[in-house]
Amino acid sequence: MQKITCDVLVIGAGPAGLAASIAAKQEGAEKVLIVERDESIGGILQQCIHPGFGLSYFEEELTGPEYYARFADKALELGVEVLLNTMVLDIGDTGVVCMSSKDGLSIIEAGSVVLAMGCRERTRFQLTIPGSRPSGVFTAGTAQRLMNRENAMVGRRVVILGSGDIGMIMARRITLEGAEVIAVVELNDYLAGLTRNKVQCLDDFEIPLLMKHTVTDIKGKKRVESVTVCEVDAENIPIPETAVEYPCDTLLLSVGLIPENELTHKAEIEISPITNGPVVNQYMQTSREDVFACGNVVHVNDLVDNVSLESERAGQCAAKYALGRLKKAEDVIQVQPGRNVRYICPQEIVNSGDGGEINLYFRVTSPEEKVRILVKTGDKVIVQKRALRVNPGEMEHIRFDAKEITSPDLTVEVMKEAI
Amino acid sequence: MKTDVVVIGAGAVGCAIARELSKYELDITVVEKNEDIGGDASKSNSAIIHTGYDASPGSLESELVVAANPMYDKIVRDLDVHFEPVGAILPAITDEQLEQLPAIKDKAMRNRVYDVEYLTREDVLRMEPEINPEVRAALYIPRESIIDPFVLVQAYAENAYANGVHFLLSTKVTDIRTGDGCVQSVITTGGEIETKWVINAAALYCDEIAGMVGKRCYDVVPRRGQFYILDKNTSCKVKHIVLPIPTKTTKGRLMCPTVHGNMLIGPTAEDLDDKSATETTADGLESIRIDVEKLVPRVNWRDAITQYSGLRPNRVPEGLHVDTYEDLNGYINLSGVRSTGLTLSVAMGKYVAQLMISLGMNAPFKKNFVEKRKGITRFADLSVEQQASLIEKQPLYGNIVCRCETVTEQEILDAIHRPLGARSVDAVKRRVRAGTGRCQAGFCTPKVIEILARELKMPASEIMKNEKGSYYVVGDMR
Repeated sequence: MQKITCDVLVIGAGPAGLAASIAAKQEGAEKVLIVERDESIGGILQQCIHPGFGLSYFEEELTGPEYYARFADKALELGVEVLLNTMVLDIGDTGVVCMSSKDGLSIIEAGSVVLAMGCRERTRFQLTIPGSRPSGVFTAGTAQRLMNRENAMVGRRVVILGSGDIGMIMARRITLEGAEVIAVVELNDYLAGLTRNKVQCLDDFEIPLLMKHTVTDIKGKKRVESVTVCEVDAENIPIPETAVEYPCDTLLLSVGLIPENELTHKAEIEISPITNGPVVNQYMQTSREDVFACGNVVHVNDLVDNVSLESERAGQCAAKYALGRLKKAEDVIQVQPGRNVRYICPQEIVNSGDGGEINLYFRVTSPEEKVRILVKTGDKVIVQKRALRVNPGEMEHIRFDAKEITSPDLTVEVMKEAI
Repeated sequence: MKTDVVVIGAGAVGCAIARELSKYELDITVVEKNEDIGGDASKSNSAIIHTGYDASPGSLESELVVAANPMYDKIVRDLDVHFEPVGAILPAITDEQLEQLPAIKDKAMRNRVYDVEYLTREDVLRMEPEINPEVRAALYIPRESIIDPFVLVQAYAENAYANGVHFLLSTKVTDIRTGDGCVQSVITTGGEIETKWVINAAALYCDEIAGMVGKRCYDVVPRRGQFYILDKNTSCKVKHIVLPIPTKTTKGRLMCPTVHGNMLIGPTAEDLDDKSATETTADGLESIRIDVEKLVPRVNWRDAITQYSGLRPNRVPEGLHVDTYEDLNGYINLSGVRSTGLTLSVAMGKYVAQLMISLGMNAPFKKNFVEKRKGITRFADLSVEQQASLIEKQPLYGNIVCRCETVTEQEILDAIHRPLGARSVDAVKRRVRAGTGRCQAGFCTPKVIEILARELKMPASEIMKNEKGSYYVVGDMR
């Protein structure tokens, strides 16, 4: 078994891992190594051939492959090393165990580790959609991979459940390939993905969006033959009288993403029951001090641009830790979600007394208009901003300086603006 | 085609009979309508090897199940099948249930399952902390066990194949020709097979087969069982098979571990007309949730990774029957093989062989019978050192295809290229577990399709989920 040593080990060569590795290098880590299980770098962006990436980070519109290529070029230029076709099996106390066809099993001793494994899609079974189990039920990302990377067309008449971004993007993609998207069906009365994707992917192609509806049955012995769609009541319970059976050969699901935390779990790192990702502080440091995390493995983002920023912080702090320059996390404050806040990331703030910018990302619990977003230390408001509209499908963020924190009670809340 | 014995159906019972008969100098042909071995009910059940404690005392079913249970120690060693004698616990939660325990124990004794014990409330909660804390007492049935049901049937079939049994897959029996008081031949979608013996192990369809020789004196009424499977990492797990105390109307829903560490919960019991109604229903799944929470209140349904259903080939009138007929030599009819079918398969093989001997089958024992079968090496079960040396010998063990279950490319190649190998994505799944994890094949489906297409030299559009028509991709995009 070969032994490898490095300063910073990054698990995953998607947008999070690439950005983290660049930042680690720039912070002064000498040997930065990325381990990637796929045969090529770029992660899920390899199959995201549509535009819409980089609007905030690069202030120009790029496709997924164009976006990651900029990071990949930079990483390689800086001398980041990459092991492809290599799967991490375990993050042990004595090192990270990984394996590949070419090198067999290896143990990597790293000064610090950055988790950047991304996320996976929720399936029909996690939603407990009853019915038969034919072929033709795909998660939207699997269909996207088949179409955009394998050149394989998945169906001719398609119903899409869930208004997540991948689902809406696939609605347009499938339409452009000459197949029919009968409808996009959304359980809630608000969109799961970005409004811009509804406009560009559904409205522009006249694809019907059925809000407050869900799929209640799947029929077909071999291949999907039809799905039944019902309206739901205020409690999201299907109303049987409203059932409509749509003949189709394909059902795509875009019903949520779950951080991919098998390794995090195995390493006994604390996981948030709300985000399903590791609990982190502003350094993107997990409950195991030599392990950092960034991107969708921590919490599912809407925009890769945010992932890049967050991952740069993770990479930078991981390098600092490896070089012995990161202060030990002692005085830790929990960030509390207040009114209409579902979760906040980072969940913890190390109050070192030295200040430093804190950037809190969060999602609201339910949609609201004309609100004020407040961060409070005790009863004192540190920072506030107005928003015309907040939506669970669109992540919010708010910044302040850590030196403003004067109380162990730190809260983020969304308040209705007084009229 | 000419053979000595036609076995109809490649489920657990059909394959076990074929394997047992392959110990004799006989030419044996198994005819199966599906594209893969493994049957219907045999691949969608609770994966339990029963003791027979609750069978009807004195019945053939009781005799065979009770006889079969101790045979598993050897058969799983010979055939390399994952098996764990975890034991079952029947907790009495209410006073009414407490009063039923002596009768259940008494029935177990009458079935000669003598190792059933009472457990105190303290014993139960120590052995199984997740059981409803209101538990009063329980019965413990130590030899109730769990098994990999897919691999058990594959192992029977592969071992039978190694001993010369022919398997005709995707081949449906359409008629049986008789004459002079004997079976003459079996007509199939793949041609006519002349034979001396016909064994009807067609389970769900055994009534239709019996009708082909004018012996349909019963009907098969499918009884559906729906199940949940939960993630290995679920927050509430049990170590034993936790069985409910049956009521007058239902045997109830159980919760148990699988040999792979998932939680299995179910089944429902719904009598239906349709022999292909293997869908799940909202009502059925809800009834499971309500019932099982009475036994194990903290079950975390959010950790469900799949639901499925299977059809028990329930016989009307009831009861397990193995029939022979004075006016039809060579025809053996099995009916009423239900939820204990997986368990009793190994004993049924021996019972049918003995029955044939009593009817004049006098083929000698094979001198070179191959008793053992080696399963597919499962990379994830090995130590790090073993894994390292395996990749050195065969680099494809270093390519993980199914990340949830850590299934390597070499294992998938083994599944495809061994005798009676996988031809579909589901067949790969049942052999090596690719796609059985929490992402439910989201990540590995494209890769498994690609590997099957490459190895079978077929376009991706011809790779099926299971039967013909269950395609994944409609063709190339351009």
